[in-house]
Amino acid sequence: MAEVKNVEEVKEPLFGKAERKLIMDPLNDNNPITVQVLGICSALAVTSLVYPSVVMSIAVVFVTGFSSLFTSLLRNAIPKPVRMIVQLVIIATLVTFVEMALKYFNYPVYKQLSVYIGLIITNCIVMGRLEAFAMANKPWRSFVDGIGNGIGYGAILIAVGVVREIFGKGTLFAGSPIEMKLIGANSGKLEYMINTAAESGIGSWFGWYTNNNLMVLPAAAMFIIGVMIWIQRSYNTKLVDVS
Amino acid sequence: MDKNSTNYVLIFVLIMTVLVAFSLASIRQVTKATADQNEDIFNKRAVLAAVNDYLGMGEGVGANDLTDDQVLEIFQNKVQQTAINTQGQEVDGVMAEDIDMAKEKKKDVNERVLPLFKYAYEGKDFYILSVRGSGLWDEIWGNIALESDLNTIAGASFDHKGETPGLGAEIKDNPTFSENFKNKEIFRDGEFVSVKVRKGGAQDPTYEVDGISGATVTADGVDKMLRSGIELYLPYLEKIKGSSMESMLQQ
Repeated sequence: MAEVKNVEEVKEPLFGKAERKLIMDPLNDNNPITVQVLGICSALAVTSLVYPSVVMSIAVVFVTGFSSLFTSLLRNAIPKPVRMIVQLVIIATLVTFVEMALKYFNYPVYKQLSVYIGLIITNCIVMGRLEAFAMANKPWRSFVDGIGNGIGYGAILIAVGVVREIFGKGTLFAGSPIEMKLIGANSGKLEYMINTAAESGIGSWFGWYTNNNLMVLPAAAMFIIGVMIWIQRSYNTKLVDVS
Repeated sequence: MDKNSTNYVLIFVLIMTVLVAFSLASIRQVTKATADQNEDIFNKRAVLAAVNDYLGMGEGVGANDLTDDQVLEIFQNKVQQTAINTQGQEVDGVMAEDIDMAKEKKKDVNERVLPLFKYAYEGKDFYILSVRGSGLWDEIWGNIALESDLNTIAGASFDHKGETPGLGAEIKDNPTFSENFKNKEIFRDGEFVSVKVRKGGAQDPTYEVDGISGATVTADGVDKMLRSGIELYLPYLEKIKGSSMESMLQQ
């Protein structure tokens, strides 16, 4: 039985229809945040600025991808009674690895994100994928599935971050080397940023804008994600009434 | 072997734990030196940020624009480190950069050891003090540079562990906040008054700075941190002031 299956597997291309579906599904039809409503906690916490959201997304893609890969490789050896603990150890190891890598390569970013990076361990998306997919599928597909879900999560994170940062702070990518001040009273002042917007003249158009402090608070992310779910369901009618 | 048997579970968990512990420990060993160096530079950069205007590296070049090597070089050549206690005496054998302010803050006031960085630039001496306090969510800390009159603030830099980005985190992210501390004074007629962070805007141009709207608790935390933090240095500051008066009289 197993041998027959293996022969079929070899014939399939490395990145076929099934793999494409695994990547694309979490982006829309099965998005971890807007459809499964997982990982909301960190989506509220880190998205007040875009730059931390991007770093967080990359870290989560790495962790979901590789934890799925390792779990899938071990799936036949993991004893069922302790499978959750084993998964948790795999996730925690990878997160610790990410933390050490950040300390090594970019200490200021590590300082900025230290708490959030540790919180990846508690992100339900990671463990959810391990339980639902990696425990029952082959390594390569599990890896693709993990990457896909990480990207689906990251896409929403960055989208929320863009809205919150522009309206809450008037900037984009604050804290990173390409920090921009787009709207608000300070737009045009060079000492506050490396300003690309002011030079192009966009900044001066929106000088009247006053920062909306609500956008900076986690509650704003809740509204924005709510609106995103609404928009998504209004064009993707498949999702309506799936409860 | 039965995968649900206790023996299998035990052996599996044991092997896994050993492998994970070993791999993480070895990665840490490999990256430790660089990571520690990065942390060291990060902290030194924060100290130098307090004397941003006097780095002498060019107009508008602050501590954040320096390369890692420049930070280390300035620290090596122009910064003198001392550790003092709260009675105003110098403590031997302790480097200022090795003092962990978070640990010191938990100690009894009389037993604390405080870092003091003396920075020399074009014949002028700057005294950089380190302070630590609490913001809204977690700890906040900062470095305050005093000019050689030990009264006027030459600059300040702040950092935090987990203040809200866009609100409390502005103490670090918005350079205007620390900029406002420049040229403020901490003594009024010889009496220590610290610098007040006032909600709604500074009223006294010499002793007050603007608070941050939407971040009252963090701004109050900075206010409290400055008051209690600089106070610990007072015995030492009085001592240097006294000795410089003496040398002036002798001349």
